[in-house]
Amino acid sequence: MTPNKGRMRWHCRRALLELDLVFARFLENRFDQLSDAQLVDLQDLLDIEDHDLWAMVNGSVPCPEDRWMPLLSMLRDSGTQDDSA
Amino acid sequence: MKIAKHTYDAVIVGAGGAGLRAALQLSESGLKTAVLTKVFPTRSHTVAAQGGVAASLGNSTEDNWHWHMYDTVKGSDWLGDQDAIEFMCRKANEVVVELEHYGMPFDRLDNGKIYQRPFGGHSQNYGQSPVSRSCAAADRTGHAMLHALYQRNVRAKTQFFVEWMALDLIRDADGDVVGVTAMEMETGEVSIFHAKAVIFATGGAGRIYYSSTNAFINTGDGVGMAARAGVPLEDMEFWQFHPTGVAGAGVLITEGVRGEGGILRNAAGERFMERYAPNLKDLASRDVVSRSMVTEINEGRGCGPDKDHVLLDITHLSPETIMKRLPGIREISIQFAGIDPIKAPIPVVPTCHYQMGGIPTNYKGQVVAPKGDNSNTPVTGFYAAGECACASVHGANRLGTNSLLDLLVFGKSAGETVVEDIQSGNLRLKPLPDNAADFSLARMARLENQKDGTNVHEVRLAMQRTMQKHAGVFRFSELLQQGVTAILEVAEQAKTTEIKDKSMVWNTARMEALELDNLIEVAKATMISAEARKESRGAHVRDDAPDTPEFPNGRRDDEWLKHTLWYSEGNRLDYKPVNLQPMSESVDPIALATRTY
Repeated sequence: MTPNKGRMRWHCRRALLELDLVFARFLENRFDQLSDAQLVDLQDLLDIEDHDLWAMVNGSVPCPEDRWMPLLSMLRDSGTQDDSA
Repeated sequence: MKIAKHTYDAVIVGAGGAGLRAALQLSESGLKTAVLTKVFPTRSHTVAAQGGVAASLGNSTEDNWHWHMYDTVKGSDWLGDQDAIEFMCRKANEVVVELEHYGMPFDRLDNGKIYQRPFGGHSQNYGQSPVSRSCAAADRTGHAMLHALYQRNVRAKTQFFVEWMALDLIRDADGDVVGVTAMEMETGEVSIFHAKAVIFATGGAGRIYYSSTNAFINTGDGVGMAARAGVPLEDMEFWQFHPTGVAGAGVLITEGVRGEGGILRNAAGERFMERYAPNLKDLASRDVVSRSMVTEINEGRGCGPDKDHVLLDITHLSPETIMKRLPGIREISIQFAGIDPIKAPIPVVPTCHYQMGGIPTNYKGQVVAPKGDNSNTPVTGFYAAGECACASVHGANRLGTNSLLDLLVFGKSAGETVVEDIQSGNLRLKPLPDNAADFSLARMARLENQKDGTNVHEVRLAMQRTMQKHAGVFRFSELLQQGVTAILEVAEQAKTTEIKDKSMVWNTARMEALELDNLIEVAKATMISAEARKESRGAHVRDDAPDTPEFPNGRRDDEWLKHTLWYSEGNRLDYKPVNLQPMSESVDPIALATRTY
C-alpha cells in the first residue's frame, strides 16, 4: 500500500535540527519525484531513531540496508546549498 | 457542528521528558490519563539533549545539594526563586535513581555507581572548584531518558494521542481550566478533552529566532495557548544563546573548534576578537564572544550579501588535523553551509538555544498568576513543567544539565500535585462551558476562509529576522524600541495568514499556520519584556546597562530584582518579587552577590 504523503511529510519533522534541515530540502526538491517503491523505503527510514538516522545521513556509520542507499544519497545531496539551485 | 468529547482525569499536552514523567506519576496512581502529542513521543526534542542530568550524588567527587543550589542561584544571576531551586536540587538524587530503576543506561564507574562528569558552572564548596555532577548515557542522555520513560508509561497504560495538536485551553466562568481543544492531524477534526486537570509540557519556542539550535517542532505551543487564554508569561526576555551556530541553519559548531585554533573574522578578514579580548582572543567566554560578533555585525562589518554573519576560519589548520580532530564539524559545515572548512571559513552567528522564561508555576507545578494581593495564586486545574514552564529555577540563565533535571523534578512534582488534588477532592470534573470549542473553531474557520491573506512562511521569516536583529544575544536600547513596533506589525500580519491547501487530512500547511499563532505570542512577549527591562542580568545584556563599579555587570538589583509578567491582552506588563527565601527555614538564603566565574 502506498503511504499517505501528507503523513510522511509530517514524519519528516524530527527531534534533531540537523535532520529537520536535511528533510526540509529533501521535501522541497526530491520528495514529489519519488516512486511508490521509494516511498515505502522512505517510510522505513523515517521509523529509524534520529541519532542513528543522522549518523547514516552524515556517513559516520554505514547504511545497514542496500535499498536505502539511493534515498540516503538523495538526503545528503539535497542537504547541501550547492545542490538546491 | 457536533464536536467529539473525551473525558479524562488528567490531560497532558506534550510527550517529551516533562510530559512523560508527569504522565507516569498519574497513570501509576491509577488516574485515567491522556497524553496529546503532535509527534511520536520518542521524536520529542528532549532527544537532542546530550550533556547529562545534574544530581549531587557525589559518586565521583564529594558533593551535596547545598552546593548545587548555590551554583543554580548564582547561574540564574539571582533571578531564580530560591524555594523552587532548593526543591529541585534536593529532589535531584531521587529522580535520577528512579530513572536508573526504570532502566536508564547511565554510564558507570568501575564500582558500578553512576559515572559523573564535570560541567560548566557546577562547583564544589560554593564556587571553589569544579565538581563532577552530570550523569549521562554517553552523548545520548535525552534519547535514553525518553525511551526509559516511554516504556514505563506503556506499562502503566498511559493513553497516547499521537499526532494530535492541542489548540486552546478551555477555562470556565471562574477562570478554572477544565480542558483543552485539540485537532487530530489524520482527520483535521477538532475534539474537546474534558478533564479535572491539564498539564502543559510542550517545550520551548526557540523557533522564534532566525538562528536557533531547536528542532522545527519547538514552536511554543503551550506558551502560546496559555497567553491566548489570559495567563501571563514570566521572564520571557531571557533566552540562552550559543556564540557559533551555522548562519542560516542554526546547527551548533562546538567551542572545541576555537579550542583547536579557529579564528573569528569580519568582512575585512580582520581577527576582530583581538580588539575585544586582547589576551584570550577567540577563546574568551561565550557571552564576550557573542557580544563581539554582534557588535561587528551591527557596525556593518558582517559578511555575506546581508552582512549578517561573521566567519569562523580554520583554513590555516592542516587538512589532516581537520579530518582527524573535527570530522563532525566538517560534515556539518558541508551539509548546512555548503562549505568545506578545509577550503573556506564557516559562516557563523550567535544562535538561540534555550528559553528560560515561560508559563509561571510554583515548585508544585501549579500554574500561578496574580489575583488580588497574591501574585502567585494557583490557576485551578492548570499545571506546567519543563521548558514551557517558569518555576523559576533558571532565572536569567540556565546551567548546563539543569534542564533535564528540571523536566524530571517538575514533571514528577506536577504529577504528584494533580494526584493529591484529585484524591483529596480539591479537583473535580467541572462542567464544560457551553461555548467550550467556539474559540478554536473560530480560529480554524478564520484560517479556512481567509482571502487575500499573508503567507505563513513569509510572516514566520519576518518574525524570526525581527527577533534576531532586535532582541538577539546582545541588546541595544534603540533596536529594542524599534523592535517592539516591528514585532507588533508582524503580529498584525499573522492575524491574516492564508493557506492555499484546504485539505483536512495531514495538512502540514494548516499545522504550520497554527504553530505560527503560538510562536507570535512568544515573540511579542520576548520583545516587549526585553525592551522594558532596563538592566543587564544573566542572558539579557543591554548596551545601555554596562558593567560599572556601582552596578557590576550592569545588574540593577535596586530596580530590577523582580520577575516580568507579560499579558497578551494589550501587551500589558506587570512584575512580581523574586522569592529569595528557600523552601525550608533551616536553609540559609543565597545572599545577593556579583556573578563572576
